[in-house]
Amino acid sequence: MLGFLAKRLASGVVLVFAVSAAAFMLISIAGGDIARTIVGDAATQQQVDQKAAELGLDQPLLEQYWSWLGAALRGDFGTSWFTNLPVTELLLTKMPITLSLALVGTVVSAALGVALGTIAAVRRGIVDRLLQVLVIAGFALPGFWLALVLVSAFAVQWGLLPATGYVPFGFSPAEWARSITLPVAALAIGVTGATAQQVRSGLIDVLRQDYIRSLRGRGLSNANIVLRHGLRNAAPSALTVISLQFINLLGGAVIIERIFALPGLGAMTLDATTQGDVPQIMGVVVLTVGIVVTVNLVIDVAYGWLNPKVRIR
Amino acid sequence: MTAGLDPVAVPPDATAAAVGPRRRGGVGRLLRNPLAVGALLVLAVVVLTALFAPLLAPGSPTHADLRAVLAPPGPEHLLGTDGLGRDVLSRLLYGARTSLVAGVTAVVVAVLVGVPAGLFAGYHLGWFDTVGNWIVNAIIALPGIVVLLVVISAVGANMVFVMAVFGVLISPGFFRITRAATIRARAELYVDAARVSGLSDARIMLRHVLPVVRAPIIIQASMMVGVGISVQSGLAFLGLGSAREASWGAMINDAFANIYGAPGLIFPPGLAIGLTVASFAVLGSALRDALEDDTGGSTSAAPADAHEPSVEATPQGSETVLEIRDLSVRYPGAGGSRTVVSGVTLGVSRGEVLGLVGESGSGKTQTAFAMLGLLPPEAEVSWSSLAFGGEDVRAGDGSALAALRGRRMAYIPQEPMSNLDPSFRIGTQMAEPMRRHLDVSRAEARRRATTLLERVGIRDPERVLAAYPHQISGGMAQRVLIAIAISCNPDVLVADEPTTALDVTVQAEVLDLLRDLQRERQMAVILVTHDFGVVADVCDRVAVMRHGVLVEAGTVTELFGRPQHPYTRMLLASTLEGKEPRQRLLEPLGGAR
Repeated sequence: MLGFLAKRLASGVVLVFAVSAAAFMLISIAGGDIARTIVGDAATQQQVDQKAAELGLDQPLLEQYWSWLGAALRGDFGTSWFTNLPVTELLLTKMPITLSLALVGTVVSAALGVALGTIAAVRRGIVDRLLQVLVIAGFALPGFWLALVLVSAFAVQWGLLPATGYVPFGFSPAEWARSITLPVAALAIGVTGATAQQVRSGLIDVLRQDYIRSLRGRGLSNANIVLRHGLRNAAPSALTVISLQFINLLGGAVIIERIFALPGLGAMTLDATTQGDVPQIMGVVVLTVGIVVTVNLVIDVAYGWLNPKVRIR
Repeated sequence: MTAGLDPVAVPPDATAAAVGPRRRGGVGRLLRNPLAVGALLVLAVVVLTALFAPLLAPGSPTHADLRAVLAPPGPEHLLGTDGLGRDVLSRLLYGARTSLVAGVTAVVVAVLVGVPAGLFAGYHLGWFDTVGNWIVNAIIALPGIVVLLVVISAVGANMVFVMAVFGVLISPGFFRITRAATIRARAELYVDAARVSGLSDARIMLRHVLPVVRAPIIIQASMMVGVGISVQSGLAFLGLGSAREASWGAMINDAFANIYGAPGLIFPPGLAIGLTVASFAVLGSALRDALEDDTGGSTSAAPADAHEPSVEATPQGSETVLEIRDLSVRYPGAGGSRTVVSGVTLGVSRGEVLGLVGESGSGKTQTAFAMLGLLPPEAEVSWSSLAFGGEDVRAGDGSALAALRGRRMAYIPQEPMSNLDPSFRIGTQMAEPMRRHLDVSRAEARRRATTLLERVGIRDPERVLAAYPHQISGGMAQRVLIAIAISCNPDVLVADEPTTALDVTVQAEVLDLLRDLQRERQMAVILVTHDFGVVADVCDRVAVMRHGVLVEAGTVTELFGRPQHPYTRMLLASTLEGKEPRQRLLEPLGGAR
């Protein structure tokens, strides 16, 4: 198990390096005359060249990447080319917002999805029918469109919840909850159906197993059989889909943050990529891939904990 | 490989033969599914709209009329105009083009990348497979939209190129499906045979492997076109699409800008995306149902023979513990319900072992399950009376049976390994019924579990209690299951072929154990088996079952001495024929050993 985790960790680190290198090459090669964009059209060619030298753009590409990597390994992601703010600091202030959305969205959709999937698997019938509709609707209706519908109903028409803005948790937990309710709902609705679907089919598979019949033969209660033995055995497949949903929501946050004017990583990515702000893009890329790698490691540990066969090996 | 040897006679289109009829049935089934037909109609409309947008659209999708900004729907603009005075209907129609091109581009690229790579990896395995899997896992770990944003920042908002990159991002799905199917196909005999007969790898893949993966790829592709449309809309919504092309995402962006002034504008593009993507999804899952789900009935039991009346197998005189009368089990199916057990009446008395014998599919296991109330929910079960210990427990909903299970009636299954929950320690699984039925403490349950394990002949009970099912042998697992079955002191034990899945040496031991326990505790046992050797060894009475009815019943001595029914004679003959005479058969029946 430990050896397995070490391998996964190493593979994750390689992934972060590979993606950062690929991203750096991609944006740098196709970046155009970024120094000109920064100093403005009115600047002289000399000013432009000076800016380029200042940013290290006159160096060979590999050298640029190398010096970025050296600094990054020391925890220094440089400063934004456009705002001159340190990227590390920017990332740290914006990360809580995006993580709030993705984590709360994952937890909410996972809880709803497990509950709904379990009911659908056990009861079938009407709940199952409704779940199929939710799955298709969640898959087909884009999250950003749902967000707009929610905004126009809850914020514009009824004025129940704020349409925009973010309140930090430390400032006021209640306001924080209000500020992320609509964005989280917009993110979670779509993936809840998918999670529920996975739980449903996983649980149906498990409930068909011989050992479930044996447990029934021992006179154990239905609740015990479904909730303890059934869900426990269906957990690994549910966990896989939930972790994929988290990655999904992390990406989905880019659009949702734009709609609700939340100053998170997504909004930052959008601005940075439209401007071509290399240090910011690189910071975001490394951070998101790092988060994903971490989540996958956590899932691997959970997997081993859930599956005795993996644990012992 | 020994290529160039005698070509093995393999029909060249072995796969086609296997796949062909299924596919034809699949298309028919697809068209009988109203949802699928609806989805196909929607998609036909979308495709036609995309093709003929210039003919259908009342105006230009990009012509801004600043005098008619946010006009409500009317004769001039059927769906009104947007924030720049552009005709919403025209934009909607042209948007179908953008969406379809985006979705199809992504899927074509994904298929071109994922399928060949999956074929190659699944066929050759080795380093290519290792590297392929690493890359696939890496791609899956990337948040797609961030990658697309980086690509857009590098190359600009070229929709086709961006969607091609997205195609690479979704290629892992195709890679995995193809790889898994290829590995499966490769394990099949005909691929080996084709290799032996000297076909090149490429030919084998094209002719034998590709047809197998076709169906799952088509299904995945249908779903993924929808995903591509969604993603393209999202990018366009962010303003990262081409400004010159109308697209549904860009329309939502405009609606967002005017959410206070004209909240209705979000509906036409949103519903267009929703309907189109939903249709692809519905089509995908309908295709899956039509092409992949070929499974028919759920049991192996053959239909009951209605011509033959069932004899009764009830004990004479002595204290009857369990008796069921006129048991019938039916499974509803497409061509009417199938009866697998018909009019069976049987019972056991205290301290008696009843053998329920028959070939597989005779309905004996179904009978045993019915008496325990363990049939699957789709089974239709009926009986005229069910008495346990003289009391009638006939409540139709099975609650009366459920109250007896585990406590007064216990079940020993056929396959020991698949009948223990793999996720829980044996100790936990042993304690559960005792904690529930005997209301004992955790510590007491554990103490009893240890004693029980010792009783069933397990030498190191502590280790076994702490073990997970995969850590013990099959024989040991069966002993554990027996220990669990007797843990709450049941009156009746129903054992479904308890030794069939075990090694021959272990079989005799387990059978001896069962017999000893039965005598010691004076349990009534219903032993389901196909083995007359087992019957001779442990049973007092026998009931012979065929086609869902009891054809003969009596004491073991009667039945072995004077079998009446031709089927019984045939079974007896086939048991003895060609085998060494078993020691136990030659001994006095039921005698001590």
